[in-house]
Amino acid sequence: MNRARHSRALHVWLSVVAVVMLAWTLFPVYYMLLLSFTPTNDLFKPGLYVEHPTIRNYVYTMGQDNPFVRYFWQQIGNSLVIAVWAMVVVAAIAALGSFAMARINFRFRRWVSGLTLFTYVIPSSFLSIPFFRMMADYDLIDSKLAVVLAMVTFASPYALWVLSDYARSLPPEIEEAGAIDGAGILATFFHLYLPLIRPPLIAIGTYAFLYAWNEYLYALLLLTGEPRITLPVAMGNFLTTDNAPWNLLMAVSAVYSIPPVVLYYVFKRYLVSGLVSGAVSGS
Amino acid sequence: MRTTVRGRLLRSRTLHGFLFTAPLLFLFAAFVIYPMTMGVWFALDADAYRALFSDPIFRQTAINTLWYVGVAVNVKLVLALLLSGILDYPFRWIRLLAALFLIPWAIPALPGILSFRWMLNSQWGIFNYLLGVFGLPSVPWLAQYWTALGAVMVFHIWKYLPFWTIIFLAGRRAIPNELYEAAAIDGASSVQNFWHVTFPLLRNLYLICTLLSMVFTLGDFTVPWLMTGGAPGDSTHVLATLAYRYTFTMGRLEWGMATFAVAMPATLVFIGMLLRWVKI
Repeated sequence: MNRARHSRALHVWLSVVAVVMLAWTLFPVYYMLLLSFTPTNDLFKPGLYVEHPTIRNYVYTMGQDNPFVRYFWQQIGNSLVIAVWAMVVVAAIAALGSFAMARINFRFRRWVSGLTLFTYVIPSSFLSIPFFRMMADYDLIDSKLAVVLAMVTFASPYALWVLSDYARSLPPEIEEAGAIDGAGILATFFHLYLPLIRPPLIAIGTYAFLYAWNEYLYALLLLTGEPRITLPVAMGNFLTTDNAPWNLLMAVSAVYSIPPVVLYYVFKRYLVSGLVSGAVSGS
Repeated sequence: MRTTVRGRLLRSRTLHGFLFTAPLLFLFAAFVIYPMTMGVWFALDADAYRALFSDPIFRQTAINTLWYVGVAVNVKLVLALLLSGILDYPFRWIRLLAALFLIPWAIPALPGILSFRWMLNSQWGIFNYLLGVFGLPSVPWLAQYWTALGAVMVFHIWKYLPFWTIIFLAGRRAIPNELYEAAAIDGASSVQNFWHVTFPLLRNLYLICTLLSMVFTLGDFTVPWLMTGGAPGDSTHVLATLAYRYTFTMGRLEWGMATFAVAMPATLVFIGMLLRWVKI
Protein backbone atom coordinates (compact mmCIF):
# COMPACT_ATOMS: atom_id res chain seq x y z
CA MET A 1 0.00 0.00 0.00
CA ASN A 2 2.66 2.40 1.13
CA ARG A 3 4.84 1.16 -1.69
CA ALA A 4 2.13 1.76 -4.28
CA ARG A 5 1.63 5.33 -3.08
CA HIS A 6 5.37 5.88 -3.15
CA SER A 7 5.58 4.71 -6.73
CA ARG A 8 2.63 6.91 -7.73
CA ALA A 9 4.41 9.94 -6.27
CA LEU A 10 7.50 8.88 -8.16
CA HIS A 11 5.56 8.65 -11.41
CA VAL A 12 4.05 12.10 -10.93
CA TRP A 13 7.47 13.58 -10.24
CA LEU A 14 9.00 11.79 -13.22
CA SER A 15 6.18 12.93 -15.50
CA VAL A 16 6.68 16.56 -14.51
CA VAL A 17 10.40 16.33 -15.25
CA ALA A 18 9.66 14.51 -18.51
CA VAL A 19 7.29 17.24 -19.70
CA VAL A 20 9.86 19.93 -18.98
CA MET A 21 12.59 17.92 -20.72
CA LEU A 22 10.46 17.33 -23.79
CA ALA A 23 9.32 20.94 -24.08
CA TRP A 24 12.94 22.12 -23.83
CA THR A 25 14.18 19.50 -26.30
CA LEU A 26 11.45 19.57 -28.91
CA PHE A 27 10.35 23.20 -29.07
CA PRO A 28 13.24 24.47 -31.24
CA VAL A 29 12.73 21.50 -33.58
CA TYR A 30 8.98 22.10 -33.71
CA TYR A 31 9.60 25.76 -34.41
CA MET A 32 11.97 24.95 -37.26
CA LEU A 33 9.38 22.66 -38.89
CA LEU A 34 6.64 25.19 -38.22
CA LEU A 35 8.55 27.93 -40.02
CA SER A 36 9.36 25.63 -42.92
CA PHE A 37 5.61 25.24 -43.55
CA THR A 38 4.87 28.95 -43.13
CA PRO A 39 3.95 31.00 -46.23
CA THR A 40 5.99 34.17 -46.67
CA ASN A 41 2.95 36.36 -45.99
CA ASP A 42 2.60 34.88 -42.49
CA LEU A 43 6.32 34.91 -41.69
CA PHE A 44 6.10 38.16 -39.78
CA LYS A 45 3.09 37.10 -37.69
CA PRO A 46 4.66 34.96 -34.97
CA GLY A 47 2.53 32.27 -33.37
CA LEU A 48 2.61 28.75 -32.00
CA TYR A 49 1.00 27.15 -35.05
CA VAL A 50 0.70 27.82 -38.81
CA GLU A 51 -2.61 29.17 -40.00
CA HIS A 52 -2.14 28.42 -43.69
CA PRO A 53 0.44 25.62 -43.91
CA THR A 54 2.16 25.27 -47.26
CA ILE A 55 4.77 22.98 -48.73
CA ARG A 56 5.85 25.72 -51.10
CA ASN A 57 9.18 26.23 -49.32
CA TYR A 58 10.06 22.61 -49.92
CA VAL A 59 8.94 22.84 -53.55
CA TYR A 60 11.13 25.92 -54.07
CA THR A 61 14.06 24.17 -52.42
CA MET A 62 13.73 20.98 -54.43
CA GLY A 63 13.19 22.91 -57.67
CA GLN A 64 16.03 25.37 -56.85
CA ASP A 65 13.43 28.02 -57.57
CA ASN A 66 14.84 30.90 -55.51
CA PRO A 67 18.20 32.71 -55.68
CA PHE A 68 19.03 31.44 -52.18
CA VAL A 69 18.69 27.78 -53.17
CA ARG A 70 19.91 28.03 -56.75
CA TYR A 71 22.65 25.41 -56.14
CA PHE A 72 20.79 23.30 -53.57
CA TRP A 73 21.35 19.90 -55.20
CA GLN A 74 24.94 20.65 -56.04
CA GLN A 75 25.62 21.77 -52.47
CA ILE A 76 23.95 18.76 -50.90
CA GLY A 77 25.93 16.64 -53.37
CA ASN A 78 29.16 18.30 -52.21
CA SER A 79 28.25 17.51 -48.59
CA LEU A 80 27.48 13.93 -49.54
CA VAL A 81 30.68 13.34 -51.51
CA ILE A 82 32.84 14.73 -48.69
CA ALA A 83 30.98 12.72 -46.04
CA VAL A 84 31.19 9.44 -47.99
CA TRP A 85 34.91 9.86 -48.64
CA ALA A 86 35.52 10.68 -44.99
CA MET A 87 33.54 7.59 -43.99
CA VAL A 88 35.47 5.23 -46.29
CA VAL A 89 38.92 6.58 -45.51
CA VAL A 90 38.36 6.76 -41.75
CA ALA A 91 37.03 3.19 -41.71
CA ALA A 92 40.07 1.93 -43.65
CA ILE A 93 42.65 3.82 -41.61
CA ALA A 94 41.08 3.00 -38.27
CA ALA A 95 40.65 -0.69 -39.14
CA LEU A 96 44.33 -0.97 -40.03
CA GLY A 97 45.43 1.05 -37.03
CA SER A 98 43.23 -0.79 -34.55
CA PHE A 99 44.68 -4.13 -35.66
CA ALA A 100 48.13 -2.88 -34.73
CA MET A 101 46.99 -1.17 -31.52
CA ALA A 102 44.96 -4.08 -30.19
CA ARG A 103 46.59 -7.18 -31.62
CA ILE A 104 50.29 -6.43 -32.10
CA ASN A 105 52.44 -5.64 -29.12
CA PHE A 106 54.90 -3.36 -30.89
CA ARG A 107 57.44 -1.01 -29.50
CA PHE A 108 56.08 2.47 -30.33
CA ARG A 109 52.49 1.72 -29.46
CA ARG A 110 52.39 4.12 -26.55
CA TRP A 111 53.61 6.90 -28.78
CA VAL A 112 50.94 6.25 -31.36
CA SER A 113 48.35 6.10 -28.64
CA GLY A 114 49.47 9.39 -27.13
CA LEU A 115 49.52 11.11 -30.51
CA THR A 116 46.03 9.80 -31.24
CA LEU A 117 44.62 11.09 -27.99
CA PHE A 118 46.34 14.42 -28.55
CA THR A 119 44.69 14.79 -31.96
CA TYR A 120 41.33 13.80 -30.50
CA VAL A 121 41.50 16.36 -27.75
CA ILE A 122 43.07 19.40 -29.40
CA PRO A 123 40.28 21.67 -30.67
CA SER A 124 40.27 21.41 -34.44
CA SER A 125 39.71 25.16 -34.77
CA PHE A 126 43.16 25.76 -33.23
CA LEU A 127 44.68 24.15 -36.30
CA SER A 128 42.31 25.69 -38.81
CA ILE A 129 44.32 28.75 -39.80
CA PRO A 130 47.65 26.93 -40.35
CA PHE A 131 45.69 24.19 -42.13
CA PHE A 132 44.15 26.80 -44.38
CA ARG A 133 47.62 28.24 -45.11
CA MET A 134 48.95 24.79 -45.87
CA MET A 135 46.14 23.99 -48.29
CA ALA A 136 46.65 27.38 -49.95
CA ASP A 137 50.35 26.53 -50.40
CA TYR A 138 49.42 23.25 -52.06
CA ASP A 139 46.80 24.98 -54.18
CA LEU A 140 44.06 22.82 -52.68
CA ILE A 141 41.67 25.62 -51.74
CA ASP A 142 38.25 24.94 -53.29
CA SER A 143 39.01 21.26 -53.60
CA LYS A 144 36.94 18.67 -51.76
CA LEU A 145 40.15 16.78 -51.07
CA ALA A 146 41.25 19.47 -48.61
CA VAL A 147 38.04 19.15 -46.58
CA VAL A 148 38.16 15.35 -46.71
CA LEU A 149 41.75 15.39 -45.39
CA ALA A 150 40.75 17.62 -42.49
CA MET A 151 37.71 15.49 -41.68
CA VAL A 152 39.70 12.25 -41.83
CA THR A 153 42.38 13.69 -39.56
CA PHE A 154 39.94 14.79 -36.89
CA ALA A 155 37.56 11.82 -37.05
CA SER A 156 40.25 9.11 -37.04
CA PRO A 157 41.38 9.27 -33.42
CA TYR A 158 37.97 8.54 -31.98
CA ALA A 159 37.37 5.83 -34.59
CA LEU A 160 40.68 4.20 -33.69
CA TRP A 161 39.83 4.43 -30.00
CA VAL A 162 36.46 2.69 -30.35
CA LEU A 163 37.75 0.02 -32.72
CA SER A 164 40.84 -0.83 -30.66
CA ASP A 165 38.70 -1.04 -27.57
CA TYR A 166 36.45 -3.56 -29.25
CA ALA A 167 39.31 -5.48 -30.88
CA ARG A 168 41.03 -5.96 -27.54
CA SER A 169 37.99 -7.90 -26.30
CA LEU A 170 38.29 -10.46 -29.14
CA PRO A 171 39.79 -13.85 -28.19
CA PRO A 172 43.52 -14.50 -28.94
CA GLU A 173 42.54 -17.44 -31.15
CA ILE A 174 42.38 -15.18 -34.22
CA GLU A 175 46.14 -14.96 -34.61
CA GLU A 176 46.53 -18.59 -33.60
CA ALA A 177 44.05 -19.73 -36.25
CA GLY A 178 45.89 -17.59 -38.76
CA ALA A 179 49.23 -19.06 -37.73
CA ILE A 180 47.92 -22.65 -38.02
CA ASP A 181 46.66 -21.97 -41.53
CA GLY A 182 50.02 -20.50 -42.30
CA ALA A 183 48.35 -17.22 -43.20
CA GLY A 184 50.48 -14.13 -43.33
CA ILE A 185 49.62 -11.08 -41.31
CA LEU A 186 47.71 -9.48 -44.19
CA ALA A 187 45.59 -12.58 -44.72
CA THR A 188 44.87 -12.70 -40.98
CA PHE A 189 43.81 -9.07 -41.11
CA PHE A 190 41.52 -9.40 -44.11
CA HIS A 191 40.00 -12.83 -43.60
CA LEU A 192 39.88 -13.22 -39.84
CA TYR A 193 40.05 -9.77 -38.25
CA LEU A 194 37.91 -7.60 -40.55
CA PRO A 195 34.74 -9.78 -40.43
CA LEU A 196 34.91 -9.80 -36.63
CA ILE A 197 35.02 -6.02 -36.20
CA ARG A 198 32.06 -5.33 -38.49
CA PRO A 199 29.70 -3.94 -35.82
CA PRO A 200 32.04 -1.23 -34.49
CA LEU A 201 33.21 -0.55 -38.04
CA ILE A 202 29.62 0.33 -38.97
CA ALA A 203 29.44 2.58 -35.91
CA ILE A 204 32.63 4.49 -36.66
CA GLY A 205 31.81 4.72 -40.37
CA THR A 206 28.53 6.37 -39.42
CA TYR A 207 30.37 8.57 -36.94
CA ALA A 208 32.83 9.75 -39.62
CA PHE A 209 30.03 10.35 -42.12
CA LEU A 210 28.12 12.48 -39.62
CA TYR A 211 31.24 14.31 -38.49
CA ALA A 212 31.90 15.42 -42.06
CA TRP A 213 28.23 16.08 -42.87
CA ASN A 214 27.93 18.38 -39.84
CA GLU A 215 31.25 20.20 -40.26
CA TYR A 216 31.03 23.95 -40.71
CA LEU A 217 34.37 25.67 -39.96
CA TYR A 218 36.69 23.75 -42.27
CA ALA A 219 34.18 23.77 -45.12
CA LEU A 220 33.76 27.52 -44.64
CA LEU A 221 37.51 28.12 -44.78
CA LEU A 222 38.46 25.76 -47.57
CA LEU A 223 35.61 26.12 -50.07
CA THR A 224 34.43 29.22 -51.88
CA GLY A 225 31.87 29.94 -54.57
CA GLU A 226 28.21 28.94 -54.54
CA PRO A 227 28.48 25.75 -56.65
CA ARG A 228 31.42 24.40 -54.65
CA ILE A 229 30.45 24.98 -51.01
CA THR A 230 28.65 22.45 -48.82
CA LEU A 231 25.08 22.84 -47.63
CA PRO A 232 25.85 24.11 -44.08
CA VAL A 233 28.14 26.82 -45.48
CA ALA A 234 25.41 27.87 -47.90
CA MET A 235 22.95 28.04 -45.00
CA GLY A 236 25.36 30.15 -42.98
CA ASN A 237 25.66 32.50 -45.96
CA PHE A 238 21.91 33.17 -45.82
CA LEU A 239 22.60 35.10 -42.63
CA THR A 240 24.83 37.67 -44.31
CA THR A 241 21.86 39.31 -46.00
CA ASP A 242 19.19 41.29 -44.20
CA ASN A 243 16.26 39.91 -46.16
CA ALA A 244 16.99 36.22 -45.74
CA PRO A 245 13.86 34.13 -46.42
CA TRP A 246 13.69 32.36 -43.06
CA ASN A 247 10.90 29.99 -44.00
CA LEU A 248 12.92 28.76 -46.98
CA LEU A 249 16.02 28.52 -44.81
CA MET A 250 14.11 26.31 -42.38
CA ALA A 251 12.95 24.04 -45.19
CA VAL A 252 16.61 23.64 -46.22
CA SER A 253 17.46 23.02 -42.55
CA ALA A 254 14.86 20.29 -42.31
CA VAL A 255 16.11 18.54 -45.44
CA TYR A 256 19.70 18.87 -44.26
CA SER A 257 18.77 17.30 -40.89
CA ILE A 258 17.06 14.24 -42.34
CA PRO A 259 20.17 12.11 -43.12
CA PRO A 260 21.76 12.55 -39.68
CA VAL A 261 18.51 11.97 -37.82
CA VAL A 262 17.79 8.81 -39.81
CA LEU A 263 21.34 7.54 -39.34
CA TYR A 264 21.31 8.26 -35.62
CA TYR A 265 18.11 6.37 -35.06
CA VAL A 266 18.94 3.45 -37.40
CA PHE A 267 22.44 3.00 -35.98
CA LYS A 268 21.65 4.22 -32.48
CA ARG A 269 22.41 0.82 -30.98
CA TYR A 270 25.85 0.76 -32.56
CA LEU A 271 26.56 4.43 -32.06
CA VAL A 272 25.62 4.63 -28.43
CA SER A 273 27.36 1.40 -27.44
CA GLY A 274 30.44 2.35 -29.42
CA LEU A 275 30.53 5.85 -28.04
CA VAL A 276 29.81 4.75 -24.54
CA SER A 277 32.34 1.94 -24.35
CA GLY A 278 34.89 4.42 -25.61
CA ALA A 279 34.00 6.99 -23.01
CA VAL A 280 33.37 4.73 -20.05
CA SER A 281 36.46 2.59 -20.53
CA GLY A 282 38.40 5.78 -20.22
CA SER A 283 37.53 6.12 -16.57
CA MET B 1 70.41 -18.55 -31.11
CA ARG B 2 67.29 -18.03 -29.08
CA THR B 3 67.94 -14.32 -28.63
CA THR B 4 68.29 -13.78 -32.37
CA VAL B 5 64.93 -15.48 -32.98
CA ARG B 6 63.35 -13.34 -30.31
CA GLY B 7 65.10 -10.32 -31.69
CA ARG B 8 63.82 -11.04 -35.19
CA LEU B 9 60.28 -11.60 -33.92
CA LEU B 10 60.38 -8.31 -32.03
CA ARG B 11 61.71 -6.52 -35.06
CA SER B 12 59.02 -7.96 -37.32
CA ARG B 13 56.37 -7.00 -34.74
CA THR B 14 57.70 -3.46 -34.65
CA LEU B 15 57.70 -3.39 -38.43
CA HIS B 16 54.12 -4.73 -38.63
CA GLY B 17 52.92 -2.33 -35.97
CA PHE B 18 54.54 0.52 -37.80
CA LEU B 19 53.11 -0.50 -41.18
CA PHE B 20 49.56 -0.87 -39.90
CA THR B 21 49.65 2.49 -38.15
CA ALA B 22 51.53 4.22 -40.99
CA PRO B 23 48.48 5.91 -42.57
CA LEU B 24 47.48 7.22 -39.16
CA LEU B 25 50.98 8.47 -38.38
CA PHE B 26 51.17 10.15 -41.76
CA LEU B 27 47.88 11.97 -41.10
CA PHE B 28 48.97 13.16 -37.68
CA ALA B 29 52.39 14.25 -38.88
CA ALA B 30 51.12 16.06 -41.95
CA PHE B 31 47.90 17.60 -40.64
CA VAL B 32 48.42 18.01 -36.90
CA ILE B 33 52.12 18.29 -36.07
CA TYR B 34 53.08 20.25 -39.18
CA PRO B 35 50.27 22.87 -38.99
CA MET B 36 50.88 23.20 -35.28
CA THR B 37 54.57 23.88 -35.80
CA MET B 38 53.64 26.34 -38.50
CA GLY B 39 51.16 28.02 -36.15
CA VAL B 40 53.78 28.33 -33.41
CA TRP B 41 56.23 29.71 -35.97
CA PHE B 42 53.81 32.41 -37.08
CA ALA B 43 52.87 33.14 -33.50
CA LEU B 44 56.50 33.84 -32.52
CA ASP B 45 55.85 37.49 -33.14
CA ALA B 46 56.12 39.71 -30.10
CA ASP B 47 54.38 42.56 -31.95
CA ALA B 48 51.32 40.38 -32.45
CA TYR B 49 50.97 39.80 -28.70
CA ARG B 50 51.52 43.49 -27.98
CA ALA B 51 48.76 44.26 -30.47
CA LEU B 52 46.44 41.62 -28.98
CA PHE B 53 46.83 42.66 -25.38
CA SER B 54 46.28 46.29 -26.19
CA ASP B 55 43.13 45.42 -28.15
CA PRO B 56 40.08 45.83 -25.86
CA ILE B 57 38.14 43.39 -28.07
CA PHE B 58 40.74 40.72 -27.35
CA ARG B 59 40.45 41.26 -23.59
CA GLN B 60 36.66 41.09 -23.83
CA THR B 61 37.00 37.91 -25.89
CA ALA B 62 39.21 36.25 -23.29
CA ILE B 63 36.57 37.01 -20.63
CA ASN B 64 33.75 35.73 -22.86
CA THR B 65 35.63 32.51 -23.52
CA LEU B 66 36.10 31.96 -19.79
CA TRP B 67 32.37 32.51 -19.23
CA TYR B 68 31.45 30.19 -22.04
CA VAL B 69 33.79 27.39 -20.99
CA GLY B 70 33.28 27.85 -17.27
CA VAL B 71 29.52 28.30 -17.06
CA ALA B 72 28.03 26.53 -20.09
CA VAL B 73 30.10 23.37 -19.68
CA ASN B 74 29.54 23.01 -15.96
CA VAL B 75 25.82 23.75 -16.01
CA LYS B 76 25.46 21.27 -18.86
CA LEU B 77 27.37 18.51 -17.07
CA VAL B 78 25.56 18.93 -13.75
CA LEU B 79 22.24 18.73 -15.61
CA ALA B 80 23.49 15.72 -17.56
CA LEU B 81 24.46 13.94 -14.36
CA LEU B 82 21.05 14.59 -12.80
CA LEU B 83 19.03 13.75 -15.91
CA SER B 84 20.94 10.52 -16.43
CA GLY B 85 19.33 9.45 -13.14
CA ILE B 86 15.88 10.14 -14.60
CA LEU B 87 16.66 8.13 -17.74
CA ASP B 88 17.92 5.26 -15.57
CA TYR B 89 14.42 4.40 -14.25
CA PRO B 90 13.38 1.03 -15.69
CA PHE B 91 9.94 2.09 -17.04
CA ARG B 92 9.06 1.55 -20.66
CA TRP B 93 7.95 5.14 -21.32
CA ILE B 94 11.33 6.37 -20.06
CA ARG B 95 12.90 4.67 -23.09
CA LEU B 96 10.66 6.68 -25.39
CA LEU B 97 11.59 9.81 -23.45
CA ALA B 98 15.28 8.98 -23.86
CA ALA B 99 14.86 8.47 -27.61
CA LEU B 100 13.15 11.85 -28.04
CA PHE B 101 15.62 13.52 -25.72
CA LEU B 102 18.44 12.57 -28.13
CA ILE B 103 17.07 14.66 -31.01
CA PRO B 104 19.28 17.75 -30.46
CA TRP B 105 22.30 15.48 -30.57
CA ALA B 106 21.16 13.94 -33.87
CA ILE B 107 20.34 17.23 -35.57
CA PRO B 108 23.39 19.14 -36.88
CA ALA B 109 24.27 22.33 -35.01
CA LEU B 110 23.36 24.64 -37.87
CA PRO B 111 19.60 24.09 -38.17
CA GLY B 112 19.30 24.32 -34.40
CA ILE B 113 21.18 27.61 -34.27
CA LEU B 114 19.06 29.05 -37.07
CA SER B 115 15.89 28.04 -35.27
CA PHE B 116 17.12 29.68 -32.05
CA ARG B 117 18.08 32.82 -33.93
CA TRP B 118 14.64 33.27 -35.40
CA MET B 119 12.99 32.52 -32.06
CA LEU B 120 15.15 35.25 -30.53
CA ASN B 121 14.50 37.78 -33.32
CA SER B 122 13.56 40.99 -31.57
CA GLN B 123 10.70 41.92 -33.92
CA TRP B 124 9.23 38.64 -35.16
CA GLY B 125 10.60 36.03 -32.76
CA ILE B 126 8.33 33.82 -30.72
CA PHE B 127 9.90 34.80 -27.39
CA ASN B 128 9.11 38.46 -27.72
CA TYR B 129 5.67 37.54 -29.06
CA LEU B 130 5.00 35.50 -25.92
CA LEU B 131 6.34 38.29 -23.71
CA GLY B 132 3.92 40.59 -25.53
CA VAL B 133 1.01 38.21 -24.86
CA PHE B 134 1.76 38.49 -21.15
CA GLY B 135 2.04 42.25 -21.46
CA LEU B 136 5.80 42.36 -20.89
CA PRO B 137 8.18 44.60 -22.86
CA SER B 138 10.16 42.88 -25.61
CA VAL B 139 13.85 42.15 -25.19
CA PRO B 140 16.48 42.71 -27.93
CA TRP B 141 17.93 39.25 -27.24
CA LEU B 142 20.82 39.17 -29.68
CA ALA B 143 21.44 42.93 -29.67
CA GLN B 144 22.64 43.31 -26.08
CA TYR B 145 25.67 41.75 -24.46
CA TRP B 146 24.37 39.51 -21.69
CA THR B 147 21.40 38.02 -23.47
CA ALA B 148 23.47 37.43 -26.63
CA LEU B 149 26.21 35.62 -24.69
CA GLY B 150 23.47 33.82 -22.76
CA ALA B 151 21.89 32.64 -26.02
CA VAL B 152 25.21 31.11 -27.08
CA MET B 153 25.46 29.28 -23.75
CA VAL B 154 21.84 28.11 -23.77
CA PHE B 155 22.21 26.76 -27.27
CA HIS B 156 25.39 24.94 -26.29
CA ILE B 157 23.51 23.29 -23.42
CA TRP B 158 20.53 22.42 -25.64
CA LYS B 159 22.70 20.80 -28.28
CA TYR B 160 25.23 18.88 -26.17
CA LEU B 161 23.26 17.95 -23.03
CA PRO B 162 21.85 14.71 -24.54
CA PHE B 163 25.28 13.37 -25.49
CA TRP B 164 26.76 13.75 -22.01
CA THR B 165 23.56 12.47 -20.40
CA ILE B 166 23.95 9.24 -22.37
CA ILE B 167 27.58 8.97 -21.30
CA PHE B 168 26.64 9.36 -17.63
CA LEU B 169 23.74 6.96 -18.07
CA ALA B 170 26.20 4.33 -19.27
CA GLY B 171 28.40 5.14 -16.29
CA ARG B 172 25.46 4.62 -13.92
CA ARG B 173 24.56 1.33 -15.58
CA ALA B 174 28.11 0.10 -15.00
CA ILE B 175 27.66 0.46 -11.22
CA PRO B 176 26.92 -2.97 -9.71
CA ASN B 177 23.38 -3.25 -8.36
CA GLU B 178 24.55 -4.92 -5.14
CA LEU B 179 25.85 -1.58 -3.92
CA TYR B 180 22.36 -0.08 -4.08
CA GLU B 181 20.88 -3.18 -2.48
CA ALA B 182 23.36 -2.89 0.38
CA ALA B 183 22.48 0.79 0.72
CA ALA B 184 18.77 -0.09 0.75
CA ILE B 185 19.34 -2.50 3.65
CA ASP B 186 20.95 0.38 5.52
CA GLY B 187 17.81 2.36 4.77
CA ALA B 188 19.49 4.94 2.53
CA SER B 189 17.30 7.56 0.86
CA SER B 190 17.72 8.33 -2.82
CA VAL B 191 19.66 11.49 -2.02
CA GLN B 192 22.00 9.48 0.21
CA ASN B 193 22.29 6.89 -2.56
CA PHE B 194 23.43 9.60 -4.92
CA TRP B 195 26.03 11.09 -2.59
CA HIS B 196 27.40 7.87 -1.13
CA VAL B 197 27.16 5.39 -4.00
CA THR B 198 26.56 6.99 -7.40
CA PHE B 199 28.68 10.10 -7.20
CA PRO B 200 31.86 8.57 -5.72
CA LEU B 201 31.80 5.91 -8.43
CA LEU B 202 31.12 8.38 -11.25
CA ARG B 203 33.57 10.99 -10.02
CA ASN B 204 36.40 9.93 -12.31
CA LEU B 205 34.17 9.77 -15.35
CA TYR B 206 32.70 13.14 -14.40
CA LEU B 207 36.12 14.75 -14.15
CA ILE B 208 37.27 13.34 -17.48
CA CYS B 209 34.06 14.49 -19.15
CA THR B 210 34.49 17.97 -17.67
CA LEU B 211 38.03 18.24 -19.00
CA LEU B 212 37.08 16.90 -22.43
CA SER B 213 34.06 19.12 -22.77
CA MET B 214 36.05 22.17 -21.63
CA VAL B 215 38.77 21.62 -24.22
CA PHE B 216 36.22 21.04 -26.98
CA THR B 217 34.25 24.14 -25.99
CA LEU B 218 37.39 26.26 -25.74
CA GLY B 219 37.80 25.90 -29.50
CA ASP B 220 34.13 26.19 -30.46
CA PHE B 221 33.55 28.29 -33.54
CA THR B 222 30.23 27.28 -35.06
CA VAL B 223 27.86 28.13 -32.22
CA PRO B 224 29.12 31.65 -31.34
CA TRP B 225 29.82 32.53 -34.96
CA LEU B 226 26.37 31.68 -36.23
CA MET B 227 24.43 32.73 -33.13
CA THR B 228 25.90 36.22 -32.68
CA GLY B 229 28.85 36.55 -35.07
CA GLY B 230 30.44 38.65 -32.34
CA ALA B 231 27.55 41.12 -32.28
CA PRO B 232 26.63 43.49 -30.77
CA GLY B 233 29.72 45.43 -31.80
CA ASP B 234 32.30 42.61 -31.53
CA SER B 235 31.49 42.23 -27.83
CA THR B 236 30.56 38.52 -27.81
CA HIS B 237 33.50 36.97 -29.65
CA VAL B 238 35.21 33.85 -28.36
CA LEU B 239 38.77 32.85 -29.27
CA ALA B 240 37.95 30.99 -32.46
CA THR B 241 35.62 33.63 -33.89
CA LEU B 242 38.04 36.44 -33.03
CA ALA B 243 40.89 34.55 -34.69
CA TYR B 244 38.69 34.18 -37.78
CA ARG B 245 37.95 37.90 -37.73
CA TYR B 246 41.64 38.86 -37.35
CA THR B 247 42.72 36.48 -40.10
CA PHE B 248 40.03 36.74 -42.73
CA THR B 249 38.30 40.07 -42.11
CA MET B 250 41.34 42.10 -41.12
CA GLY B 251 44.00 40.07 -42.98
CA ARG B 252 46.23 39.78 -39.89
CA LEU B 253 47.23 36.12 -40.05
CA GLU B 254 49.81 36.44 -37.25
CA TRP B 255 47.19 37.94 -34.91
CA GLY B 256 44.88 35.02 -35.63
CA MET B 257 47.63 32.53 -34.85
CA ALA B 258 48.62 34.43 -31.71
CA THR B 259 45.01 34.32 -30.47
CA PHE B 260 45.15 30.53 -30.43
CA ALA B 261 48.70 30.52 -29.09
CA VAL B 262 47.47 32.42 -26.01
CA ALA B 263 45.11 29.54 -25.23
CA MET B 264 47.70 26.84 -25.91
CA PRO B 265 49.29 26.60 -22.43
CA ALA B 266 45.92 26.01 -20.75
CA THR B 267 44.95 23.55 -23.48
CA LEU B 268 48.20 21.62 -23.07
CA VAL B 269 47.65 21.37 -19.31
CA PHE B 270 44.17 19.93 -19.92
CA ILE B 271 45.55 17.52 -22.50
CA GLY B 272 48.37 16.47 -20.19
CA MET B 273 45.85 15.66 -17.45
CA LEU B 274 43.73 13.67 -19.87
CA LEU B 275 46.71 11.75 -21.23
CA ARG B 276 47.54 10.66 -17.70
CA TRP B 277 44.01 9.48 -16.93
CA VAL B 278 42.75 8.06 -20.17
CA LYS B 279 44.12 4.91 -21.74
CA ILE B 280 43.69 3.95 -25.39
